[in-house]
Amino acid sequence: MEGGLVLLGGGSSGVSTNESAVLSKVEVVSEAESELELGLGLSLGGGGGGATGKTKAANSSWGECGRILTAKDFPSVVSQRSNNGGPFSGTKRAAESVSHESGSPSGASQVVGWPPIRSYRMNSLVNQAKAQRGDEGDSGVVEKDKPKDALKKKLNSNGKQTTVNEKGHLGFVKVNIDGIPIGRKVDLNAHSSYESLAQALEDMFLRSANSLEKEPLALSKLLDGSSEFVLTYEDKEGDWMLVGDVPWRMFVSSVRRLRIMRTSEANGLAPRFNESNERQKSKPI
Amino acid sequence: MHKKMAFSFPDEVLEHVFSFIQSDKDRNSVSLVCKSWYEIERWCRRKVFVGNCYAVSPRMVIKRFPEFRSIELKGKPHFADFNLVPDGWGGYVFPWIVEMAGAVPWLEEIKLKRMVVTDESLELIAKSFKNFKVLILSSCEGFSTDGLAAIAASCKNLKELDLRDCEVDDLSGHWLSHFPDTYTSLVALNISCLGSDEVSLSALERLVGRCTSLKTLRLNRAVPLDKVANILRRAPQLVEFGTGTYAAELRPDVYSDFAGAFSSCKELKSLSGFWDVVPDYLPAIYPVCSKLTSLNLSYATIQSPELIKLVSHCPNLQRLLVLDYIEDSGLEALASSCKDLQELRVFPSDPFGVEPNVSLTEQGLVAVSSGCPKLQSVLYFCRRMSNEALVTVAKNCPNFTRFRLCIIEPRTADYLTLEPLDVGFGAIVQYCKDLQRLSLSGLLTDRVFEYIGTYAKKLEMLSVAFAGDSDLGLHHVLSGCESLRKLEIRDCPFGDKALLANAAKLETMRSLWMSSCAVSFGACKLLAQKMPRLNVEVIDERGPPDSRPESCSVDKLYIYRTVAGSRFDMPPFVWTMEDDPSLQLS
Repeated sequence: MEGGLVLLGGGSSGVSTNESAVLSKVEVVSEAESELELGLGLSLGGGGGGATGKTKAANSSWGECGRILTAKDFPSVVSQRSNNGGPFSGTKRAAESVSHESGSPSGASQVVGWPPIRSYRMNSLVNQAKAQRGDEGDSGVVEKDKPKDALKKKLNSNGKQTTVNEKGHLGFVKVNIDGIPIGRKVDLNAHSSYESLAQALEDMFLRSANSLEKEPLALSKLLDGSSEFVLTYEDKEGDWMLVGDVPWRMFVSSVRRLRIMRTSEANGLAPRFNESNERQKSKPI
Repeated sequence: MHKKMAFSFPDEVLEHVFSFIQSDKDRNSVSLVCKSWYEIERWCRRKVFVGNCYAVSPRMVIKRFPEFRSIELKGKPHFADFNLVPDGWGGYVFPWIVEMAGAVPWLEEIKLKRMVVTDESLELIAKSFKNFKVLILSSCEGFSTDGLAAIAASCKNLKELDLRDCEVDDLSGHWLSHFPDTYTSLVALNISCLGSDEVSLSALERLVGRCTSLKTLRLNRAVPLDKVANILRRAPQLVEFGTGTYAAELRPDVYSDFAGAFSSCKELKSLSGFWDVVPDYLPAIYPVCSKLTSLNLSYATIQSPELIKLVSHCPNLQRLLVLDYIEDSGLEALASSCKDLQELRVFPSDPFGVEPNVSLTEQGLVAVSSGCPKLQSVLYFCRRMSNEALVTVAKNCPNFTRFRLCIIEPRTADYLTLEPLDVGFGAIVQYCKDLQRLSLSGLLTDRVFEYIGTYAKKLEMLSVAFAGDSDLGLHHVLSGCESLRKLEIRDCPFGDKALLANAAKLETMRSLWMSSCAVSFGACKLLAQKMPRLNVEVIDERGPPDSRPESCSVDKLYIYRTVAGSRFDMPPFVWTMEDDPSLQLS
């Protein structure tokens, strides 16, 4: 039963080229990380690869998404924000998170699925770290020096995939689309912009199993309001908002989960800020 | 005239004999003896275990074992736990439930691991199996509290509901209240993974109160400490208990209430939970510690001094899960207090920190290996290791069955000699002859795989990451490890040669996972073509593999043996070679 197969040519060149592919993947990761560190800049044409090691070559053939609003369009987002709720408290975090990431990342923290700790446990660690950091500024907390502040603990529900903390390590959020009961998960850390996120979501939900072309079904253009579907998210406060209104960083630190909702049902959500600024010349994806 | 044995026993006698044979492996062996044994055995197999839900179809299982009462199914590959398997890959239980609903109406037990379970599935279970007793969902997802409500409402004979590490959608709806007032048969309830909106405390108290046979209760984090006393008082017979949050205001009345309730539970053997621990509340459990055999403190951020005090009260401890706050000093205390220790798991409190935040090194592991002669199973996260320490551990613990070491930084060398850790792990496989499961880490060359192939003859599961130099490494493992069933590899320079040269081996294994390695798409196609009883799945979210050159590496590869052929529920990012028209040549 031990009969092996003779390698039928073609494979021998595999190892050396692939080794360099593996090496270059590592480089791409650190490149992407430095892009993220530059802050709120927009990167068109899909994410730089993030921790999943997508190569740029693969992404560029898939076209670009339409332009959406980012912080660049607004001189000072915070003061002009017309929504009430969550994002205000998020701003401080966003600023903090930029400074947190200015140090060079260690090897272990950049790799997907490493160290091999189950997401359930990771979430618990994140919650504990968040609570600890959140309480550091509070007066009236009894035991400041201990890693766990007992009294004023905001108990996040465990078992849910909470999103990125200040270090940006956990990025998986649930995504549901109206009409399909089973949700998916998307890794926000693999994206540095709304476009690449929208791209990924469209690929996830809109490509049928048999189509090999990038045929845009009626559900494209999730972000510009011109499609049958619209992308929304639930923030930390439990409010549902349209995706795209706030700077990417702020979005990532406050999003809890995503929902692709029929446009007809999206009334009453936080309105798009300054719709006249939108230049909707997106080509079909 | 010498009659053959097989004809001298009536079937009923053989059936009775077989009823003492519970293990799956043994049952499979029994069924290979002869045709009549095969027939008798298949009619009386009551528990079916399917290690890979895609290796066989539900109809085939039902056809062969028409009278089973319990089924265990596993879905996604193990690396799904670490987000390496994209969401939507598969592992849906619904088709199984549909088939069993019709053909196995007396089904009593369903145990699932890493599967997608929908509310529809749960509702169908609730409706279809009148004598349903046990539902254990481990690392499953896809359902909400609505599905749980259906189970609660309809399963009158339910004994066990265990949701371990599941992801449950919380739709508020007090699902616990759906257990009717007449329902009293609960023996085990584990809801530790649920969020905050999902449990009504008063319903829980009433349920616990009327289920006098309740032995296991694991609460979720949202249950406050001051409410636990009420629950414990209603269930003094509990053997296994998981607290909710272990934080409360430091008030003497709350403390004494809680401590009193705890000490009334004279049967407690296992404790878990302990989220958000307030150390001053820990002494409340001291009275029950002497009987404890299992303690899960892996969510408890208590420091070494408190941990030392705690474990020193637990002389009968067999199983400890803890964070690395325990430090080397705590592990030394453990080694001197807990001589019955069989299983130890030490998790990192700050896995992404660049600098160590605690003083936990290889010394702690060495101490435990030296002081605990019964130690069999270890999962240890640390930041440094040496060959010397590993050799010492191996010599101290020749009875290891599971050894999983995770040095947090990939490719970390021996900190003393700066050499690879080949010799250390080599000692582990050489001395621990019964080793069944091994996870490697640190700087490793092909040599460690040579050791593994040579010595690890009982090894069934191997996990490899960031290791090896060439295909030779993979070849050593595939050609040497006779008992290998599951192999999972990530980020190693293993490519086509070893895989193709050992293709036949793959049919003797349950599955092989390789991600971020150097296996080309061409090799995958060849393998699939030559080995029709393997499903070769290329998982690649970059797009169709044939849009790139054939020598290009695939992103992720999952190969498993199957008698059910290709599966029908693949998402767009999974390719099997049936789709490839070029395979239809010649």
